[in-house]
Amino acid sequence: MTILIEARDLHKSFGHTHAVNGVSLSVKAGEAYGLVGPDGAGKTTTLRLLVGALTLDSGAAQVAGYDVHLQIEQARARLGYLAQRFSLYGDLTVAENLRFFGQVRGVGRERLDERAAVLLKFVGLAGFEGRRADQLSGGMRQKLGLACALVHEPKVLLLDEPTGGVDPVTRQDFWQLVIRVLGEGTAVVVSTPYMDEAARCSRLGFMHSGRILIEGAPRELAASMAGRVVELAAHPKDAAMQVARADPDVEDVLTFGDRLHLRVKSPDGPLSRLPEALSAARVQVDRLRPVPPSLEDVFISLLAAS
Amino acid sequence: MAETVIEVHDLVKKFGDFTAVDHVSFSVQRGEVVGYLGPNGSGKTTTMRMLLGLLQPTGGRAQVLGFDVVREAERIRPLVGYMSQKFALYEDLTVRENLVFYAGVYGMRPDAYRPRVKEVLALIGLRGRENELAGALAGGWRQRLALGIALTHQPQLLFLDEPTSGVDPEARRAFWDIIYTLAEAGATIFVSTHYMDEAEHCGRLGIMNQGRLLALDSPSALKQSVVQGAAWDIVAQPLIPVLDALVVMPGVQHAGLLGDHLHAITSPGAHTAETLGAALAQAGFPAAHVEPAEVTLEDVFTELAVRRQRQQIRDHHQANR
Repeated sequence: MTILIEARDLHKSFGHTHAVNGVSLSVKAGEAYGLVGPDGAGKTTTLRLLVGALTLDSGAAQVAGYDVHLQIEQARARLGYLAQRFSLYGDLTVAENLRFFGQVRGVGRERLDERAAVLLKFVGLAGFEGRRADQLSGGMRQKLGLACALVHEPKVLLLDEPTGGVDPVTRQDFWQLVIRVLGEGTAVVVSTPYMDEAARCSRLGFMHSGRILIEGAPRELAASMAGRVVELAAHPKDAAMQVARADPDVEDVLTFGDRLHLRVKSPDGPLSRLPEALSAARVQVDRLRPVPPSLEDVFISLLAAS
Repeated sequence: MAETVIEVHDLVKKFGDFTAVDHVSFSVQRGEVVGYLGPNGSGKTTTMRMLLGLLQPTGGRAQVLGFDVVREAERIRPLVGYMSQKFALYEDLTVRENLVFYAGVYGMRPDAYRPRVKEVLALIGLRGRENELAGALAGGWRQRLALGIALTHQPQLLFLDEPTSGVDPEARRAFWDIIYTLAEAGATIFVSTHYMDEAEHCGRLGIMNQGRLLALDSPSALKQSVVQGAAWDIVAQPLIPVLDALVVMPGVQHAGLLGDHLHAITSPGAHTAETLGAALAQAGFPAAHVEPAEVTLEDVFTELAVRRQRQQIRDHHQANR
């Protein structure tokens, strides 16, 4: 399949801060690439470099075959971008906003009317054409933002934490739209702090301090830690924690609701040693078993190692 | 005996025409970790600010630690800790200086705050780093320092407003470890979040939407009482056509994405894994794999939001009649 985004060794510093420090990624048509990481990891800067909104210190990025700096017009014509704080014109209607963004993107008048009708239906805003943007609910604004980003039929869609702070129903609707867009062969890069959203990407890059620490399909990443997470439900929890921490093969102990999650070098040692050690400490054990690792477990173990 | 630390009755806050908090009532007992789950703009922060006496309610009443939030706000403040969403640290002061400064703001004397600052540093995991500048700390550590500041004057009740937004998963988990430690030591914690996984960790959970408190109960009780019917995980590709088929299938109440697969709620008794699998096969997806699943908090939220929407539509029709 066609590679639509190709970034090689991107670097960007702001003063002494190396915001993006050697990021490379490539995304094919129909693929969603997830950028996961905490605030300040370099996700937004990476997206802005791909959009050409920031100049690179070094490295190169191509979108649909066009260099985002040397051929910026051609690249932009093929790029849709939904920024974290995107702006709609509050005093313009839904239809007027869409038309405005279409005109900015150079979509011809006739094509635009047709495209607007299709998009409004697609995002579920048909019937709301005449409503002012500042009268929309958060979820509707999000959908109008997406429609505006798609107005010129881009091949590449970049989404910067598109669902931050919106309710689960809106998140659900929004992702269903994104997956439909993927089905049309668009390449998507999306940054997200939500691990459940990350799990639906074709590939993920975990970002930290300007670098992609590891990259892979969500299931591959989770499988890389198979057998290394053990769940312990026991009380009193404090004592259970102490005993678990003392085991030589237990690397980390974290509270997970009413249970503990132990990250282990390998499960056999702790599973054979802990029952006795816990009972010696008068801890009552309800459950001790290996559990499938989550993406969050993978991320935490990477951070601990770095 | 349980002791009530927050008692809210019919609380309302309007900003102009906009009702930010719409007749909310609840109570919180000492030692509870109560979560407040809802999207931005659902009234979480406004509720907290009224309980702190920072905002005047438009209607209703509220007591915190036995004091009225309007008439006795100044008696409440020394007894509670508050970590706001946009907390302020003095970037050019060290970790310790920040803690000491805020201890002073709360009127603590040096002989009281010296040992307390030590305790707090240990609790938030910043012992050994007390001389680093706050401005040089990474996101997760700044968050913990802000929590430490809210804790130094030994409040009985802590209000945390989305304390973990924007920090990495490790920092989020570490932060929750501290919250549990505090709760086990007897503090009461009222914490807002929009992360479902964090909401799972709360003893009781309030679900806010458009200013309304839609439900308040333990996560497991909410799952049992709000969602009638059975939950299923469906592994199938391509996702969207299978989802489209599920949504219109008889007996399916709701279906959506969950991680990299699909998740559906069916009406009580409507389906078994076999019948749902057979229905999907008939719809053209013989490879779809159906497994019984647990009801999620997202299912709870969705169900409550849908009910509320239906109610609003009914009210609207009635008003127009």
